[in-house]
Amino acid sequence: MALPQKRQDATEARIAALDTPGGGGWIRKARDEALARFRSMGLPERRDEYWRFTRPDELNAAAAPEAAILEAKETQVFGALDRLCIVFRDGVFDEAASDKLEGEGLEIERLADAARADIHWAKDLYGVLEARAQVPVVRPFAALNTAFAADGVVIRVTGRVTKPVHLRYLHEKTDSDAMLHVVVRLEEGAELTLLENGPAAARFNKCMEVDVADRAAFHHVRAQGRDHERRAVTHLFGRLGKESVFKSFTLTSNGRLTRNEVFLELTGDDAVAHVAGAAVGDGDFHHDDTVFIVHDALNCESRQVFKKVLRNGAVGVFQGKILVKRGAQKTDGYQISQALLLDEDAQFLAKPELEIYADDVACSHGSTSGAIDEDAMFYLRSRGVPESQATDLLVLAFLAEAIDEVEDATISEDIRSRLEGWLSRRRR
Amino acid sequence: MLKIENLEVKLEEEDKEILKGVDLEVPAGAVHAIMGPNGSGKSTLSYVLSGRDGYEVTGGTATLEGKDLLGMEPEERAAAGLFLAFQYPVEIPGVGNMTFLRTALNAQKKARGEPEVSAGDFLKLVREKSKALEIEPDMLKRPVNVGFSGGEKKRNEILQMAILEPRMCILDETDSGLDVDAMRLVAEGVNALRDAGRAFLVITHYQRLLDHIRPDVVHIMANGRIVKSGGPELALEVEQNGYADILAEVA
Repeated sequence: MALPQKRQDATEARIAALDTPGGGGWIRKARDEALARFRSMGLPERRDEYWRFTRPDELNAAAAPEAAILEAKETQVFGALDRLCIVFRDGVFDEAASDKLEGEGLEIERLADAARADIHWAKDLYGVLEARAQVPVVRPFAALNTAFAADGVVIRVTGRVTKPVHLRYLHEKTDSDAMLHVVVRLEEGAELTLLENGPAAARFNKCMEVDVADRAAFHHVRAQGRDHERRAVTHLFGRLGKESVFKSFTLTSNGRLTRNEVFLELTGDDAVAHVAGAAVGDGDFHHDDTVFIVHDALNCESRQVFKKVLRNGAVGVFQGKILVKRGAQKTDGYQISQALLLDEDAQFLAKPELEIYADDVACSHGSTSGAIDEDAMFYLRSRGVPESQATDLLVLAFLAEAIDEVEDATISEDIRSRLEGWLSRRRR
Repeated sequence: MLKIENLEVKLEEEDKEILKGVDLEVPAGAVHAIMGPNGSGKSTLSYVLSGRDGYEVTGGTATLEGKDLLGMEPEERAAAGLFLAFQYPVEIPGVGNMTFLRTALNAQKKARGEPEVSAGDFLKLVREKSKALEIEPDMLKRPVNVGFSGGEKKRNEILQMAILEPRMCILDETDSGLDVDAMRLVAEGVNALRDAGRAFLVITHYQRLLDHIRPDVVHIMANGRIVKSGGPELALEVEQNGYADILAEVA
């Protein structure tokens, strides 16, 4: 079906503003198909079911809205860990600033290099998981990313890698419009911890496709921050094999617009998927978690834990769905989304969804929004804790359930101190 | 230590007078008890003194060592040396008991311009104080009061008191929900803190707590006022005859 003319024009204008990346062969085909997908969907509009709570205008615009650079004084998150660090500046790989792309049990290549090969393992995944994630809900910016992302990284994990791989995204130009595409393949029994942080660009579109083979484990922790004016739309697509584990946690602080989309398919029996997020916003902050989990195997577990602390006009959105396909018996699905509203100007919009076609499953969901517990506040103050400090303690307590999803104690401590820093800068 | 003069308080949200001119003075080193029937204003008095929202002081004064309590924020009252042991201690999921205790102690020290306590010294302090109250290390690791039994919650209140070392302690029906053994433990904890520089105001319905924490003075509160004061024998009289006789006598 052809798009209405106005939508088609906006879509074509968006395409026209982008440079077609080089690289022939296998990736050309994937990009062409993605472009065709994008054209058939068109850019999202406010009236689209999954864009009712988040205005897509700034993501739709042909040019990225400008974003000032934040001079962050605090220590780099994840900076103290022994890790393999890969640096992108405004969406462009910086070889000099990055560690050597090698490690035991790891094959890492820059996307542009992988794209030049005639035959490459990434061919079976690049744009493939993205295309699967387009059903039943379209994700136009993901297709756009597959079609136009010129840079990124492809990672193949063949063993139990203990040293985390860290993707660090620096933002240095006020008008940068970056797209990165990351492909991760964990072979049977392999393990990887992937870390991400940084504002990335004035406007950032990221697409990550993760294929977790049987008995493999993928741990993902990211800290999206801290520039106030950045806009981002990110996609995390995963496919889980038998007895595999997929755990992802995201901390988001500041940012005018962040939309984090997650689409996971549990295709092997006894797989476990946990997705969690903690977002803190003050003022001009709009944060959207749109999560879709598909259970398509026996005895799998999925867990969504999303917490938001909002004040001073900040807006939080949660759209989370659990789809249990016919035959996916013994599914254990859990979803919780909660917002702590620190004043009356903050807003939380939640849309939990369950769609279940199997009869022997346990699925639960809950969503709440509320203010600081006054009794707890008075109790703390009566013991001498000043109001601002008591607020911070209660905010951290509220976020704890989400942060506790991070298994590695050192990494979760990093996340906690990043949050404490954010809170202390906002003491009133 | 604590001096209350003609204190009048009403509920903020309704036009309902709760305290109708309370006069009370508790000197340093003394233990005073307040007894009284339900709805007499005992708990309101403790909340107003500690600074809880929802009450409006319409008259009178309350001072702690000469400082105006009623003009201070709750945390300032705490730093000035006031402590309220809650009738219903609040559960705070997600905040560890140790973190809570240390944050409170250091916040008070900071407010008084004293040096903060190091992690090591704090640990030693808590170990020592919790032992006497038979508080297991597990209770210190758990979130504040979450999943604590009634007795554990009250012991945790006394532990806070022992660590924060307030000058003026108000115990609001600390005996409610306690069995005999738990009451003895709590009372021993309180008695261990009695000294010449510290005062206690013990609010209770029953005389039995006062068997363990011997008061110097017992006040009877009714209808928003202190209607009678006397020695420990007053508590026994209440135990034997109820409040009716006393109230009839002062009416």
